[in-house]
Amino acid sequence: MTTNDLTGQGPSRRMVLTGMGAGLLASAAMPAVVWAQGAPIKLGFQLHRTGIGAAYGHWYERTAQAALKVVNDAGGIAGRPVEIIFEDDGTDPARGAEVVDKLVNQHGVDMVFGPLFSHVVMGSAPRAGELKVPYLVCSEGYHVASGALNRWTLQPGITDVRSQIASMAPWVAANLGKKVTMVYPDYAFGYDHRDFFTAAIAAQGGEVIAQIAIPPTETTFTRYLPQIPAETEVLYHVMVGPAVLTFVKELGEFYGTGPKPQLFGFIDSLEAVDFATPGLEFLEGTHFWEAHNRVKQADAGEFETAYRAAVGVDDNGASVSDAADVATYSHMFSVWETLFVIKAGIEASGYAGPADRQKFVEALEAMTDMPLSAEHPQGAKRFNGKTHQVFGVQNISQVQGGKLMRVHQTTIEDGLYDDAVDYTTMAF
Amino acid sequence: MSVTGKIWALHLGVLVMLAVAQAVLPAYHANNLARIMVLAVFAMGYNIAFGYTGLLSLGHALFFGFGMYGMGLAVWQVEWTFFPAVVLGLLAGGASAAAVGMLALRTAGVSFMIVTLMFAQAGYLTVLYFNQYTGGDQGFAVEAFARQVFGYDLAQDTPRAVAAFVLFAVALVLNLVLVRSRFGRVMAAMRENEERSRMLGYDVFHVKLRVMVISGLYAGAAGAAFGVLFGYVGANFATVQYSILPMLYVLMGGAGVVLGPLLGAVVMFYLIDIASGLTSAHLLVVGVALVVLVLFAPRGLLGMVRERWLPWLP
Repeated sequence: MTTNDLTGQGPSRRMVLTGMGAGLLASAAMPAVVWAQGAPIKLGFQLHRTGIGAAYGHWYERTAQAALKVVNDAGGIAGRPVEIIFEDDGTDPARGAEVVDKLVNQHGVDMVFGPLFSHVVMGSAPRAGELKVPYLVCSEGYHVASGALNRWTLQPGITDVRSQIASMAPWVAANLGKKVTMVYPDYAFGYDHRDFFTAAIAAQGGEVIAQIAIPPTETTFTRYLPQIPAETEVLYHVMVGPAVLTFVKELGEFYGTGPKPQLFGFIDSLEAVDFATPGLEFLEGTHFWEAHNRVKQADAGEFETAYRAAVGVDDNGASVSDAADVATYSHMFSVWETLFVIKAGIEASGYAGPADRQKFVEALEAMTDMPLSAEHPQGAKRFNGKTHQVFGVQNISQVQGGKLMRVHQTTIEDGLYDDAVDYTTMAF
Repeated sequence: MSVTGKIWALHLGVLVMLAVAQAVLPAYHANNLARIMVLAVFAMGYNIAFGYTGLLSLGHALFFGFGMYGMGLAVWQVEWTFFPAVVLGLLAGGASAAAVGMLALRTAGVSFMIVTLMFAQAGYLTVLYFNQYTGGDQGFAVEAFARQVFGYDLAQDTPRAVAAFVLFAVALVLNLVLVRSRFGRVMAAMRENEERSRMLGYDVFHVKLRVMVISGLYAGAAGAAFGVLFGYVGANFATVQYSILPMLYVLMGGAGVVLGPLLGAVVMFYLIDIASGLTSAHLLVVGVALVVLVLFAPRGLLGMVRERWLPWLP
């Protein structure tokens, strides 16, 4: 508050004249500023607005809009304003490829980003490669780093599942137990966990003593629970979708108030689900992986606070306008961070239009360390240009009083593994 | 002009229009047209079974999936090139239809629908179960070497459009010849009055089995073509959705009309494409369109045209 505010006096004549002069100068310079901005950079967003990924899509869109506002408020990218065009892919791989086509050939976007579900990425990446358009996925699947895709597909905003699992296994073995039973969905997402965790826990001197694959068509799990060996020290669970509530409820009924193994789960199971949901009381005291802590932690810094405010998420991880609208907090930061990687890539490569798409990809491949910042609020990252995959810190949280509180954070180095591919040697 | 002359002039005219459209449409719509033509081949196969013979199947995703995975696994697992892989896909579609037909044709009506649906679901779950060989729900990209034909790269828009057009043209001409042949009239007889056909001495089971195999070959060809032309093979294509899609195309375009599947595929494709840009409830729009269709044109768009203006439409 200024003195004038307090006294009620208006500005002095000198100030008014100075201000008018500055205004005239600014208005004279305006056309040049507008010209310098040029045509907007158009980004295509392949959005899971409907279908099985809709809960994620809702928050991915919201995060993208928030990041877009921050970017444009700060002057856009390379002095150009930025637009995002959202197209719904129905979380369907066939439609996903059509959406990539539509964004590029009809909307004329410069590049495409945003898909989460692995099958959509697998179905769409070939089309992105054919169109020679950068395709930046926010999926956490191992499909990029495994070498299954192409030079135009990159994952610079979120660590892949192999790295997530490898980085947490030492803590699980040291703190929860070494005899592990795994319960996972009987399809590719579950197999990634089965294969990578089994190898990772073995490297820690532990052992997976039972692997219980649950078919995706199951709606009740009571017949699988007796298969959990009595000597199990840790029950590792990664059920996904609406069935997870039934799974947890039935698990609670199975063990009752008697002794039970330590439970370790992936938050994927409960993204967008309120821990206060009846039936989830059984999870009190159990542990979860989180890429990004849903509940604002006591040591949250300025970047975390600013990110939360920009996206509109309260301290419990729900929408500020609706406490029942719980965010997909452990995944959606990837959209935010990917947009800022796009910004950095465009500015580093001098990208001016579609003819420079190759230069843009090469600029991304040259990226390495990304420090914790407003652009990377989840944490510091290290990008591997050869595998097109980024690596970041991971969190292990415990349910305490119905809230996920961080008990351990891994380092980037904990999650590194040998390269399976060198995309930089592939033709564009 | 004789009726035969009119029929060939119309169908060849449609092919010319498609070829011209491929050449002049903007890239996005030209690519959509390539997709539509491949899906229309799938629906043509469905039309042969349902529209002409009265076999209401809910298992065609299995035949489409067999075609796609027959081609895709031959490329991925044993590195077959384009022609042998696509032929394997075609034959896999026909063989799967023969196997399902042998069992499912012992039933009729609603039971036939349920049995074919069960087989298709079993096929889908089999793809998931053998994840390490099939890529499971994630699927896999078709490798570049299998997308080369006569020195052309099917990952490029023009060779892909030509390939889709050739497939569609061959399928359309064969479909036309089939339904105007003596066997085509037997198919229609099965649909109109199975008991009378039996009384006249036709072996109903064998006629229907042959129809299932032809329908499966169409589905297999379309599945293999879709995989190789668009570079991806995934379990999603074996879900029940891909049994319902050809049925919707046929119902929309006109069951028992050769051009019905093409028109139905065009209308449904763009209905979804446009509606999904306007609302997240785009499936509701599709549903409303189907209700309107059932109320005002229960025989489909071309069925209505045949009823009112072109009685010679095959």
